[in-house]
Amino acid sequence: MPAATVAPPPQASGLSQRADLVGLGALGVAAAVLVLVGTGAVSGAAAVVALSILLAAVVGLVVVAVAGGAEARRRLAPYGLLKPGMLWLALFFFTPLVTLLKQSLSTLPSRFAVEAEFDWNFGNYSTAFSSFGAQFQRGFGYAAVATVLCIAIGYPLAYVIAFRAGRWRNLLLGLVVVPFFTSFLIRTIAWRSLLGDSGPVLAWLERLHLTGPLEAIGLLDNGRILNTQWSVIGGLTYNFVPFMVLPIYVSLEKVNVALVDAAKDLYSGSVRAFRKVVVPLSLPGVFAGTLLTFIPAAGDFINARYLGGPNNTMIGNSIQDQFLVQNNLPVAAAMSFVLMAIITAAVVVYTKYLGTEDLT
Amino acid sequence: MRRLVDAPRWALNLFAAAALVYLFMPLGWIVWFSFNEPVGDVNLVWQEFTLDNWRGAFRASAYRDAFVESIRVAALSTAIATLLGSMIAIALARYRFRGAAGLNLLLVLPLTAPEIVMGSSLATLFLDNAEIIKRGFVTVVIAHVMFQISFVAMTVRARVRGFDWTLEQAAQDLGATPMRTFWRVTFPLVLPGIMAAALLSFALSIDDYIITLFNRGSLQTFPIYIDGAFRREFPPQVNVLASLILLASISLMLIGVLRATGKASRS
Repeated sequence: MPAATVAPPPQASGLSQRADLVGLGALGVAAAVLVLVGTGAVSGAAAVVALSILLAAVVGLVVVAVAGGAEARRRLAPYGLLKPGMLWLALFFFTPLVTLLKQSLSTLPSRFAVEAEFDWNFGNYSTAFSSFGAQFQRGFGYAAVATVLCIAIGYPLAYVIAFRAGRWRNLLLGLVVVPFFTSFLIRTIAWRSLLGDSGPVLAWLERLHLTGPLEAIGLLDNGRILNTQWSVIGGLTYNFVPFMVLPIYVSLEKVNVALVDAAKDLYSGSVRAFRKVVVPLSLPGVFAGTLLTFIPAAGDFINARYLGGPNNTMIGNSIQDQFLVQNNLPVAAAMSFVLMAIITAAVVVYTKYLGTEDLT
Repeated sequence: MRRLVDAPRWALNLFAAAALVYLFMPLGWIVWFSFNEPVGDVNLVWQEFTLDNWRGAFRASAYRDAFVESIRVAALSTAIATLLGSMIAIALARYRFRGAAGLNLLLVLPLTAPEIVMGSSLATLFLDNAEIIKRGFVTVVIAHVMFQISFVAMTVRARVRGFDWTLEQAAQDLGATPMRTFWRVTFPLVLPGIMAAALLSFALSIDDYIITLFNRGSLQTFPIYIDGAFRREFPPQVNVLASLILLASISLMLIGVLRATGKASRS
């Protein structure tokens, strides 16, 4: 008797047919239990009951798999494979979002209290906006400008690697990835030295007599690059450019060169062929790259801390400061939640048009 | 005509070359300043060339200890995340099942959440359950596994998506047991994808600063220690250790590229 064929057999037993529902149900129940226990929604004796339900769901899955025969096993296999990882995410990614929300609606009983009490205090959100509005604006603004610069630098680079590099393609791609392998933090500190008052970048600009014009257009501030908004934006751009190059490269690589040649014949010009054929086909890469640069850039605080000085802090700096230094967890949680809500809204709109397949 | 086309062509190539130089400038700085002999404790201004920093690369210091701690965290979290993430990837790529689209979406969410949100929210969970778990080594590993799982799952899935699953069928028709089929057919085929994902997620873990900062308790990883000590000191030993990571990763990459190029020319 050969094992199950790739197409499901025409008549499976009742248990086998419902096996996938059992699998999905068990996964759902187990995840729900973890969220409830993790957030403290159930505690004490109820938590023990909940955890036994979790155990029962897992044991039940195994029983159905053993008793249900080959077809049931085949249908249950994906849920079994998914379970450990998905439950990890349920407990350590989704549950924390609930505790974060709870924290953001809590009140610190006194200025020096550490533990906040949950009392539906929406005031933290108005504090977040009124006290840190400028940081929110800078956070999203810097991230947006950096994302545009990443496209401006990353697209031509990805284009050259995809179409011009020939046998050096893999090597160049590797070179783009290499910066990933040194610490983000140390690379940012490196820029602090490179852009510093006695660093090489400023020395070269002076040698080329460019400091005057750059000062005029606002790129320099009293002869300094460091601690301006442009040094922060430059740092963000630098750190996230590889996240832009890789997805654009992946989408360009799929472009059929014969198609481009055909377009060149039809439109009789490489510029128009590029605009009409290559650009539309590479858009999924650009969008994926936009998400992969904008999202981490909007929440970043390392670039602003090392390159920006005290007047160019982003929302990430404020969250970190309120959470870890001031111990004002409710307001920090509210800011964190707003940051995520805005970004999630943007991602939902994006993925609605583009799907999730091209994100990695 | 030809010459008219060539000018923008060269401009574009030059631009790409400049972009690569830009990408490598800080890396060059890291290596170059590992040979600097700074005045005082902050190695940010060039003074004079020395080899002393490299001679004492592994001399006992808080930096070395933090570096080792980072490697311990990364090794453990990568092992767990690679196992769990690969299982998810195989489930998604190998089977068609109810709820796959929804689970797929849930899997993408950790990739699209800003690190600071993941770090701060996880910290609120650990603070709420402080009587069960204290923030430290374990919580940092838990946090790293959390952001590595989706990454591994997506990377492995992308690599096995084009995989011909009827090969498993063929093996079983030839009489192989399911276990034997898995170890002799499926596993060798997905292994390169899993290795690549493991390597990259190791790098993600060793580099992580933001999520670690919120969940570390008193644990000192390499980036955390550097950041904490930065106002006081930034010794050239940091550059030496960073250069070593760089050297190791460039060699790994070159081996990979050479093998891929060799395979391509043979086939």
